[in-house]
Amino acid sequence: MSTDAAPRDAGRGSLSDVVTSDAALRRFLQGLPGVDAVGLEARAAALGTRSIKTTAKAYAIDLAISMIDLTTLEGADTPGKVRSLCAKGANPDPGDRSAPRVAAICVYPDMARVAKEALAELGAGEINVASVATAFPAGRAAMPVKLADTREAVAAGADEIDMVIDRGAFLAGRYLQVFEEIREVKAACGGAHLKVIFENGELATYDNIRRASWLAMLAGADFIKTSTGKVGVNATPPNTLLMLEAVRDFRAATGRQVGVKPAGGIRTAKDAVKYLVLVNETLGDDWLSPDWFRFGASSLLNDLLMQRQKLSTGRYSGPDYVTVD
Amino acid sequence: MTERAMTEQPSQPSQPSKLFAYAPAPESRAVVDIAPSYGLFVDGEFREAAAGKVFKTLAPASEEVLSEVAYGDADDVDAAVRAARGAFGAWSALPGAERAKYLFRIARIIQERSRELAVLETLDNGKPIRETRDADLPLVAAHFFYYAGWADKLAYAGCGPEPRPLGVAAQVIPWNFPLLMLAWKVAPALATGNTVVLKPAETTPLSALFFADICRQAGLPKGVVNIVTGDGATGAALVAHPDVNKVAFTGSTVVGKEIARTVAGTDKRLTLELGGKGANIVFEDAPLDQAVEGIVGGIFFNQGQVCCAGSRLLVQESVQEEVLDALKRRLSTLRVGDPLDKNTDVGAINSAEQLARITELAEAGEAEGAQRWSPPCELPGEGYWFAPTVFTGVSQAHRIAREEIFGPVLSVLTFRTPDEAVAKANNTPYGLSAGIWTEKGSRILKLADQLRAGVVWANTFNKFDPTSPFGGYKESGYGREGGRHGLEAYLEHA
Repeated sequence: MSTDAAPRDAGRGSLSDVVTSDAALRRFLQGLPGVDAVGLEARAAALGTRSIKTTAKAYAIDLAISMIDLTTLEGADTPGKVRSLCAKGANPDPGDRSAPRVAAICVYPDMARVAKEALAELGAGEINVASVATAFPAGRAAMPVKLADTREAVAAGADEIDMVIDRGAFLAGRYLQVFEEIREVKAACGGAHLKVIFENGELATYDNIRRASWLAMLAGADFIKTSTGKVGVNATPPNTLLMLEAVRDFRAATGRQVGVKPAGGIRTAKDAVKYLVLVNETLGDDWLSPDWFRFGASSLLNDLLMQRQKLSTGRYSGPDYVTVD
Repeated sequence: MTERAMTEQPSQPSQPSKLFAYAPAPESRAVVDIAPSYGLFVDGEFREAAAGKVFKTLAPASEEVLSEVAYGDADDVDAAVRAARGAFGAWSALPGAERAKYLFRIARIIQERSRELAVLETLDNGKPIRETRDADLPLVAAHFFYYAGWADKLAYAGCGPEPRPLGVAAQVIPWNFPLLMLAWKVAPALATGNTVVLKPAETTPLSALFFADICRQAGLPKGVVNIVTGDGATGAALVAHPDVNKVAFTGSTVVGKEIARTVAGTDKRLTLELGGKGANIVFEDAPLDQAVEGIVGGIFFNQGQVCCAGSRLLVQESVQEEVLDALKRRLSTLRVGDPLDKNTDVGAINSAEQLARITELAEAGEAEGAQRWSPPCELPGEGYWFAPTVFTGVSQAHRIAREEIFGPVLSVLTFRTPDEAVAKANNTPYGLSAGIWTEKGSRILKLADQLRAGVVWANTFNKFDPTSPFGGYKESGYGREGGRHGLEAYLEHA
């Protein structure tokens, strides 16, 4: 079994050595193959021209809805807002009960309990509650604070934790510190799934994104996630494609499968379908499920629903025929 | 007419998706109206061949007859050359800015009609609509725009202070990029004030005839562009015509040598763009995922029917296994089939003759001991098809490492050091293209200097632009097309 992106000697099982010291980890991460930005962007753009019609479109739209982490992360969030979002996630299209439910409701930690209870009341217990944590979105807090933040969220019922990495430490080259932080947060998660947010817009280079991907996966991330949605550049097709290649290579090297979550800026059904094409042609069937791929989004859902209505009725509806929550 | 793929599994299989299967997404044929027959375009008019002969042109993906086209013989060629000669005086006397207006107009009409032309080209050639739509047609328009810009600046192009056009240009083009090769030839010839007789390839005459219609639409003066359809004999008559001042040919090295012999001893100017056996050199520090894309684009773009195709992969031995695993995984996702489907990556081979040649060389590769592999793929029952094919264990002595296959067949060789890579890359009678994949900038510069190839791409492959000169060394021909250099072939100085 070969390792497409891993350094030449990084066969299965040998990766534990690379986290024994800061120097070893740096050598490993900097030894990953480089990324040619022009080529990566050209590949993502080429896959963006796939023409997804009729049955394929219907499949993709329903799959995309089922992969949404329906998100509200505002200072102005209230229990009422969160309950309303939960109702939307449980019954996305009141006029068509065949529309699938979303994968999760994504909120700040103090709203996790509200979301958990609201979903239970709605009979939608299979929808997970995802809570951001670790001083989201900047991550600028002391480690005990980040861990307490995580434990609070889990105690409040969060099934999934979306943590942010310390970009400052990463950019300063303190990779082992970032690694240890992810490991500690993972331990604090207990049974909850851990998504690790890189904030690709702040890492800035594709080489950094590939390194962050391997770093997080080595530290035990269940999912790697592009961004917080709070900076200028969030998920893009190229940076997501790069992370898809990283999880593919990581599974080839270690046997462990990791999920991917692009977040921020994906607003239209057309965009969502393009991301699913990236997954399909890079990873195939094994990742085409909400267990392994998610969209972090809020307004995307309504556009998917409008496209879904168009496919079933043959007519375009309008924003008055989907609910505002 | 179908070469069935061998369906041995890759060592690390990545099955094409079953969950997310793309529904057919065919581009509509209704946007193009192909007449049942076409004449020759001479002196601004379509006319029948003098001897009344015709030939059929087929859609290679289905073997359906698309149209009947006039077969031009020596008399027709003579009429076309006369028309071009007659038009030359007035055309070359026009101020450059006036000639530019016609070229800009042609470029805009091509853009406006690009969907129609893309579908036409896909039907007649067999290449995927994705390529005609996203590569051929945008480049065709770009060439006309680019050379339109030069028409009034020729005195500043570095070809002497008062450059003059040569006269009548005889242009013979191949079937792999019919309209794009026409643009490469016609745009610089017209910008510099020459008139043109163009002979499109026998199997792909239609887009040139549609171009003739565009010339009329643009109000181009009669006789400035003449199009004579036919076969090799037509082309031979054209290049041998005594009243031709310039011959430009793109095609096989065998025919190119014949043309050079014909032209020898005359005062005709000659440029030749011939075959190639391009080396795509992948170093161990290459950006691997992008290198794999570049390998795929290098040899499977246009079914490998590209003179500058990266038909030899030279991979550093230390990364051979992982590059090949990644390449096979990627090839398993290639979509082979209906060229008009917008999701097709690999279309049909252009002709039965070409398919036979590819088949013969691939069989020679097996017979000589190289290992053959193709991804699992189902080929249509009708038309001319060849599955994407990779040969490993190829040595410099194998025919598939030396001869131009002009098909979707990649030969994989290995090297140990940069010097060995250069030696192997240059060890060919051809010298058209090469690719270098490495993260090390200094190595790119050093190798680009050492490789005897007209085009060297770094961390990319098969990238074209009208501003960039293109042409070969050695048996790949001489002269440059594109860029400022492309003007020189059509100008003489005081």
